[in-house]
Amino acid sequence: MTLTLTLREEPVVPLEAEVLCPDRLAGASRDEVEALPVWHGNERTRVGEFFAVSGAGDDVRLEGDLRRVKLVGAGMTAGRLTVAGDVGTHAGAGMRGGELHVAGDAGDWAGAGMRGGTLVVRGSAGCQLGGVHPGERAGMRGGEIVVHGNAGAQAGAGLRRGLIAVAGRAGEAAGLRMLAGTIVALSGLGRRAGAGMRRGSIVTMGPATPLATFVFSCIYRPPFLRLYLRRLRALGLAVSDEQLDGRYARWCGDGLELRRGEILILEAGL
Amino acid sequence: MRLHGAEIVDTFAEAFPMWGSRVLVTAATPAWALEAGRSMTGFATSVIGCKCEAAIERELAPDETPDGRPGVSVLLFAMDADGVGKRLVERVGQCVLTSPTAACFNGVDAEDTVDVGGQLRFFGDGYQASKVLDRQRFWRIPVMEGEFLVQERFGVVEGVAGGNIIMLGRDAASALRAAETAARAMRSVEGMIMPFPGGIARSGSKVGSRYSALPASTNDVLCPTLRGQVEHTDVPPDVESVFEIVIDGLALEPVREAMARGLAAAAEAGASHVTAGNYGGNLGPHHIHLRELMP
Repeated sequence: MTLTLTLREEPVVPLEAEVLCPDRLAGASRDEVEALPVWHGNERTRVGEFFAVSGAGDDVRLEGDLRRVKLVGAGMTAGRLTVAGDVGTHAGAGMRGGELHVAGDAGDWAGAGMRGGTLVVRGSAGCQLGGVHPGERAGMRGGEIVVHGNAGAQAGAGLRRGLIAVAGRAGEAAGLRMLAGTIVALSGLGRRAGAGMRRGSIVTMGPATPLATFVFSCIYRPPFLRLYLRRLRALGLAVSDEQLDGRYARWCGDGLELRRGEILILEAGL
Repeated sequence: MRLHGAEIVDTFAEAFPMWGSRVLVTAATPAWALEAGRSMTGFATSVIGCKCEAAIERELAPDETPDGRPGVSVLLFAMDADGVGKRLVERVGQCVLTSPTAACFNGVDAEDTVDVGGQLRFFGDGYQASKVLDRQRFWRIPVMEGEFLVQERFGVVEGVAGGNIIMLGRDAASALRAAETAARAMRSVEGMIMPFPGGIARSGSKVGSRYSALPASTNDVLCPTLRGQVEHTDVPPDVESVFEIVIDGLALEPVREAMARGLAAAAEAGASHVTAGNYGGNLGPHHIHLRELMP
């Protein structure tokens, strides 16, 4: 059984709706769902003012143009939440468990500060995917983010643990000041990837030019990468046999920090 | 009881609890996976002298392993969970870490786990790195070849050791043929190993010895050469050779299943008698009666 919330019309200003997560919605009655509070700008209002509620159950589905709906699935700990189209900023931010599936694009800060669970974006994601909130040292600390399109700037900034996979390109400064964890960008990295990174791995199968503060080590087949790429296949990303079996150039950095991190770049044709 | 002309002695195998783990060893080729597995399971026939019992359970196709490479699964048993952990650290460290292209993964989901990769990581001398995927931690240890990948924790379960069948033959050749056939038939059972060479032991033992330093000594009542020398013998007059197959399993059922297959195969292959070893029921809680294994 599925509980479906359909956005009647796009909000005039962003709607802050962190109640739109399975923890609050699953198993709730229609009246209970409609009465949940949301903020429309500086006005406190109710879910029922913006959404038509139908059905019931543990699976939650959101329909309509949600580009101005923020914090969808933020902090969720369990269950499954599906957004049928695009979603606004901070989707899945701070989530600790469960699955959040976005059929369209996700706004900035998707999965920021995430602790666990799985966030899947079938379209593209904005900036600060799995990123770090201002004032915090670490960003994402667990879980998995899979983006089938591209990711904006600073994907995985401050990443401490977990996996961020982008089928397209990751924008500028992916893995900025990351502490550990893994970022995979199948189609390439923007400039300044890994700037200030201490530990962790940034992997790409597309073109990338490491910063001057990264030092080339060798070309090899990283055994751990096979585990990750097989996992990404299981999560629905098109990982080719060439990428799975390929040889990767290992660049160590950032030399301005610990130099314990790495950027792995697939060697084309090897 | 008779089966295919063989006398099946109405007795039982006495098995006892032992802790075990399954280790998946992968490599670039099946040959190197097998090499690493063989190395890791060397000198592991009996817990009495080797501190553990281990053997290759079976070979694994690439689609059965965590990293999609060919591999082998190894079962290792010791007297307690702590012992399993210590032996795994020793053997994975000395035999798998050193083996070209090999990687090592946990192969059993269990509540109890022991730290293996978390100990071996120190070989990296500070250059090791960890990865956490799907809530499992792996250690990447830099080595001259490239990198050794090992899972941090391995599951341990309370298994069953000491399952056995003993095959008697009218001559050494027929007894060995029966044992070989039995071992071959038993290998297809998953979740158990036969830790002796080729799965077969020619030197079954009894508990204790006339020498105080020895915890075990030759099973004189089943030694054909001592028939005229000991006060009591279990070797019938027409028997000239005896072999034993010892079975350790991650649970009781694989041990029973292996014994049943081995018993039938040995009888069909020409064993004159099939029996089993026990300690009068005083050692282990699992009594596997041969009459219950008859087809």
